[in-house]
Amino acid sequence: MTASKLNELTIADARGGLAAGDFSAVDLTQACLDAAEAGRDLNAFITLTPDIALERARASDARRKAGNAAGSLDGIPVAVKDLFCTDGVLTTAASHILDGFHPAYESTVTQNLMDAGAVMIGKTNLDEFAMGSSNMTSFYGPVKNPWVGANGEDLVPGGSSGGSVTAVAARICPAATGTDTGGSIRQPASLCGVVGMKPTYGRCSRWGIVAFASSLDQAGPFARTVRDAAILLGGMAGHDPKDSTSAPIDVPGFEAAITGDIRGLRVGIPAEYTMDGMPAEIQALWDQGAQWLKNQGAEIKPVSLPHTKYALPAYYIVAPAEASSNLARYDGVRYGLRVDGDNLDDMYANTRGEGFGAEVRRRVLIGTYVLSAGYYDAYYMKAQKVRTRILEDFTKAFEDVDVLLSPTAPNAAFPIGAKMDDPIAMYLNDVFTVPANLAGLPGISVPAGLDKDGLPLGLQLVGRPFDEATLFRAADALERAAGFSALPKYLGGQG
Amino acid sequence: MSLDKEDVRRVAFLARIRVPEDALAPVAQELNNIIDWVEQLAEVDTDGVEPITGVTALTAPMRKDQVTDAGYPNRVVGNAPDRVEDFYAVPKVVD
Repeated sequence: MTASKLNELTIADARGGLAAGDFSAVDLTQACLDAAEAGRDLNAFITLTPDIALERARASDARRKAGNAAGSLDGIPVAVKDLFCTDGVLTTAASHILDGFHPAYESTVTQNLMDAGAVMIGKTNLDEFAMGSSNMTSFYGPVKNPWVGANGEDLVPGGSSGGSVTAVAARICPAATGTDTGGSIRQPASLCGVVGMKPTYGRCSRWGIVAFASSLDQAGPFARTVRDAAILLGGMAGHDPKDSTSAPIDVPGFEAAITGDIRGLRVGIPAEYTMDGMPAEIQALWDQGAQWLKNQGAEIKPVSLPHTKYALPAYYIVAPAEASSNLARYDGVRYGLRVDGDNLDDMYANTRGEGFGAEVRRRVLIGTYVLSAGYYDAYYMKAQKVRTRILEDFTKAFEDVDVLLSPTAPNAAFPIGAKMDDPIAMYLNDVFTVPANLAGLPGISVPAGLDKDGLPLGLQLVGRPFDEATLFRAADALERAAGFSALPKYLGGQG
Repeated sequence: MSLDKEDVRRVAFLARIRVPEDALAPVAQELNNIIDWVEQLAEVDTDGVEPITGVTALTAPMRKDQVTDAGYPNRVVGNAPDRVEDFYAVPKVVD
């Protein structure tokens, strides 16, 4: 094992190497920081935090030397989506309007990771306020997918967690945090060939995460293996009195749930996820995934989720409505950008007109409209009722099956700049991921194959509320059968 | 329903987002494309359906109404674009 390749280790392997004394947390962290520097061109990070990282790595080594290693994540480098507030460290949400914002507090998820000994190496790029499916809406510019197109063209990594997924896919570091409001962990995981999980709403605290749509937002892990995702989620999750929507229930041992045995598992195939115009190779991979699980003793059952086609339009009422309310706090008074005006209202309007990018302005305007007098019942209440219908569909399906299998996204990664003039075409990237957010359910994307251009495609499993354990067990079975071993062009920042 | 320039002007004011005069019509078109698309929800029969109030079966917890975190005004206002001592400073509101 050469020191320059430590950044390519999985969490599980790095854990073993640290425990055996093969290398130190400082060695491991330095390798990741070097890979991040070498990979600057990918634009995965908005801020690198080498001083903090090395300080925490040294503390980890000291704990281990004293026989007090904190657990599986002690000394493991992790990249943090720049939507998590980090004490004293620039936090931007990839928006101009948060220029220079240095939170005076730490988000609960990143605090939990710190307490578990994880080492933050930097804050990753994302779509502005997590609104996007390509990372193209970031004030800090697009992120390059470590995979490239058939003709060498640069591709998007998906979004909104584009920097986090790229850091993991390019082997800059073993794992990263993301957030998923409509697919922002699972869709990029699919487009970049890594594992991404959105836990059940309430599994992770939302405290200190820059809010987008509060009834949908949930933090989750990116990693290169299902086992690693289970380890990282274990370090992120847990009840938090500071978030009244975080679930006051125990966090099970997710890694221990990976038993390798899925005999008798009932897997539902939702008929309505067969979409017109979906590439044949995605349909074929979906069929193959069902066969892989069947071969390991699972029972495959057709199920119906009749309101599936209404999930995306319902989402594009609910999410902008909640965003318009959450983003009201960016007023040029308390933090970030201020653009002066003749009076207070002018100052607000100038600040928000200049500080928000086009997609954020669009969503705040839509949200304001659907919540405004005379339209609230027609749009917002209607969407919340449709959401009840969607939740009922899932509840009924889970009477007969334990997990649902579908593609994660309707397409592979696409070129940087594509779909930018057609918001609805971009929104369709989340057609398979949004329903789980509307119903609060856990979902995981596992890399399962390559398309005709050699680009990764993921399969998604969705489970019952708070049953991430079954999801990890099923995802592991999928992962082993798929044996996904293809590598992107950019590795460890080198390409 | 369809938004015109005046609707966009009104919504932009409610949202406190400056939309330049020459952008009102293009923004109206963008918003109409999205509104037209979400209106397919009208097809769903929601008679007698309650709007969702929460996605998990958990009830909201109660806590004591007490101050648990305070006493560092300098950190609280530390990110303000403009401040006077421990206060946020804003343009004059009352003449």
